[in-house]
Amino acid sequence: MFVYIARRIVYVIPIVVSVALVCFLLVHITPGDPLVAILPADASQELAAQLRIAYGFDRPLPVQFGLWLWRAVHGDLGSSIATGRPVLAEVLRAVGNTVTLAIAAAMIGFTLGLFFGLIAGYFRDTWVDKVATSIAIAGVSVPHYWLGMVLVIIFSVQLNWLPAVGAGPGGSGSWGWDWEHIKYLVLPAITTSVIPMGIITRTVRALTGDILSQDFVEALRAKGLRETKVFRHVIKNAAPTALAVMGLQLGYMLGGSILIETVFSWPGSGLLLNSAIFQRDLPLLQGTILVLALFFVFLNLLVDIAQAAIDPRIKRS
Amino acid sequence: MRIEKPTKSRLATAIMMLTMATAITLPQIARAETVLRIGMTAADIPRTLGQPDQGFEGNRFTGNTMYDGLTGWDLSSATKASIVIPALSTEWKVDDADKKKWTFKLRPGVTFHDGSAFNADAVVWNVEKVLKQDAPQFDASQVGVTASRMPTLVSAKKIDDMTVELTTKEPDSFLPINLTNLFMVSPTKWQAFFDKAEGADAKAKSQAAWAAFAREPAGTGPWKMLKFTPRERLELAKNDSYWNKDRIPKVDKMLLLPMPEANARTAALLSGQVDWIEAPAPDAVKEITARGFKIEKNEQPHVWPWQFSRVEGSPWNDIRVRQAANLCVDREGLKDGLLAGLMVPASGTFEPGHPWRGKPTFQIKYDLPAAQKLMKDAGFGPTKKLSVKIQTSASGSGQMLPLPMNEYLQQALAECYFDVKLDVIEWNTLFTNWRRGVKDASANGSDATNVTYAAMDPFFALVRFLQSSMAPPVSNNWGYINNPKFDELVTKARTTFDPAARDEALAELNAASIDDAAFLYVAHDVGPRALSPKIKGFVQPKSWFVDFSPVSMTP
Repeated sequence: MFVYIARRIVYVIPIVVSVALVCFLLVHITPGDPLVAILPADASQELAAQLRIAYGFDRPLPVQFGLWLWRAVHGDLGSSIATGRPVLAEVLRAVGNTVTLAIAAAMIGFTLGLFFGLIAGYFRDTWVDKVATSIAIAGVSVPHYWLGMVLVIIFSVQLNWLPAVGAGPGGSGSWGWDWEHIKYLVLPAITTSVIPMGIITRTVRALTGDILSQDFVEALRAKGLRETKVFRHVIKNAAPTALAVMGLQLGYMLGGSILIETVFSWPGSGLLLNSAIFQRDLPLLQGTILVLALFFVFLNLLVDIAQAAIDPRIKRS
Repeated sequence: MRIEKPTKSRLATAIMMLTMATAITLPQIARAETVLRIGMTAADIPRTLGQPDQGFEGNRFTGNTMYDGLTGWDLSSATKASIVIPALSTEWKVDDADKKKWTFKLRPGVTFHDGSAFNADAVVWNVEKVLKQDAPQFDASQVGVTASRMPTLVSAKKIDDMTVELTTKEPDSFLPINLTNLFMVSPTKWQAFFDKAEGADAKAKSQAAWAAFAREPAGTGPWKMLKFTPRERLELAKNDSYWNKDRIPKVDKMLLLPMPEANARTAALLSGQVDWIEAPAPDAVKEITARGFKIEKNEQPHVWPWQFSRVEGSPWNDIRVRQAANLCVDREGLKDGLLAGLMVPASGTFEPGHPWRGKPTFQIKYDLPAAQKLMKDAGFGPTKKLSVKIQTSASGSGQMLPLPMNEYLQQALAECYFDVKLDVIEWNTLFTNWRRGVKDASANGSDATNVTYAAMDPFFALVRFLQSSMAPPVSNNWGYINNPKFDELVTKARTTFDPAARDEALAELNAASIDDAAFLYVAHDVGPRALSPKIKGFVQPKSWFVDFSPVSMTP
């Protein structure tokens, strides 16, 4: 197991460097001036040149990348051009908010996804299956920003039950797990959970159906095992694949959803990314993408390790 | 269990206690804190360290609130154009012998929020924070948003504690107007942060000091910072000891919330999360007013134009074509239809009633037959259309609804034998290209660019577009306008130091630009905002800014 984990960690290093290189280059090859956030439209060339030097944009790209990577390895992602604040602090604060949202959405999405998936798989080709599958298809198909707006119109604007925007009565800085705060989380979490719920439902349904049709299930039933015990075997066999799918979905959620966070003004990494793109704040954009990519890579690593721990066949393969 | 009937004395005690409790509680209810909650269009809180970012929205929310300049804007009237008035200086005068030197008398008895005194040293220090590169407090990140708004200022010198001398590199009568953009922060507070800061060198310490100052700023304005959560909220408290007693805020607190998405702002207003939103989506206006909210709007010093190319071979070099385009657009139709009333038709950079309007002979209005005649005179007609390409954006600060509005123009101008092609690019790229000018490859063969502009001061409103020396790379004369009359009038306005005569010279310049149909003038934004009916005392001036001080809230 140790060798397996070590090997997986070594594989991660070139992926991380490649991700860093790609995100650095992507934001540099897009048109427009990186200093547009602080440089007024009528700024003189002299002033523009002065600021370009001050922010290091006058240096060759490989030098800029090398310096950026060196500082990033040392935990310094530079300062935001627009605000002057350290990028790492900005990103970590936003990621913290996205994690809060992702956890809430995962709890809803995974629970409902597992529930609908299992009952659809167990009652395949019955009306129960059809209802559960329809919910799953709707979850995957409905544009979630549209769903978010519909939920806001119903529950905030019309019924006035839940807040429409924000991250708590005092902002995310004063977050607490009480109703006064959780009510801000309800609508964005439901909206975020819809896609993972649909995907997990469909995956678990297929897995359950597949496992139930296998010979060992017939053998277990023939041995007179109670259906609850058969069910446990089904879950155990479905777990590694379901876990991988959930891990990926959690990765997507931690990556933040630009649209959902923008609709609900939820101050997470998606909204930060949105703001960095619109302000063309290169250090912030690079830092946010890098941190999110690292999240994704390490989450996949954890899922791989967890899968191997559950199912020894994966480790051997 | 036996319940005893209250005796007379017990009853009396109970009544007394109830009375006392009521007496204690009632004044507290009466003094309940009033909080004004505003949903801004900004994606982040504008910088709080004295020179805000995010254009004039930054000045509106974290500039004019916490800080003052030597001069300020009179925002008390909804009907008159906002003019510059004394703020931290009580009077100013240009030197009769050397028109590059100005003397500013400072307002006595003003203190910063940290209790330190506002004086000539503070003014010099604040000028040097953006102009003197070897000053410890020099901050490159504040230069961009300040220096270009006062392009001729070069230095400040203390004469005595309450007098400073400012020097410009050339005679410039616009200086007092431009100084509204230089906000005075407390040098004492900054120095305390600098002394405590850790860093490899003075520059690093200076940056750390500015970062600390942004978290705990001190200006002289009517509002003091209470709490700041980056990208989420800024809480301001009223400054009870503000130097201008008439402008001490009426509400206790103001909460500023960034909400870049128009639908999110509208939902926040309708669900009672905020009391005030900036720029509601035009299609939400009906719903907002139906629920009893007020829409406030007024003509802003803002122009939504097409800025023409005037390089050799440009189709706009023929004045008949420029005038025809200006006569071919039904601006009232645009206003009442597409923009749900949220615009003012433009007939120039400034409209009648503004001191810089002047008396143009060419009247910009909708006159289709006259436009068609001009085009026919210029050699075009139904069978020979004039092809023009316009660079615009899909969104952007101040751009209103750029694509639908340009498509409206496209259809309108087709009636006058124009064949308009749109080159739609991303807003920041369009903005960057604006500086580069029509001769640059980034113009992509366009004959006009559609970038909106603020018209608060003469330099931003007129000079940077009309003076020939402002062509790229110097400033925003994108189309390389080269009209000796404009140059002459710019010089005249800049060197006329009597305010009334200066305004007259600027009016002459504006009239000349209208007569020349220098731009296709389409619309002025109206700075719409939706307010809860609980808000009283608000005046929406003809400005980018508003005064939050007179705003009160009913329970």
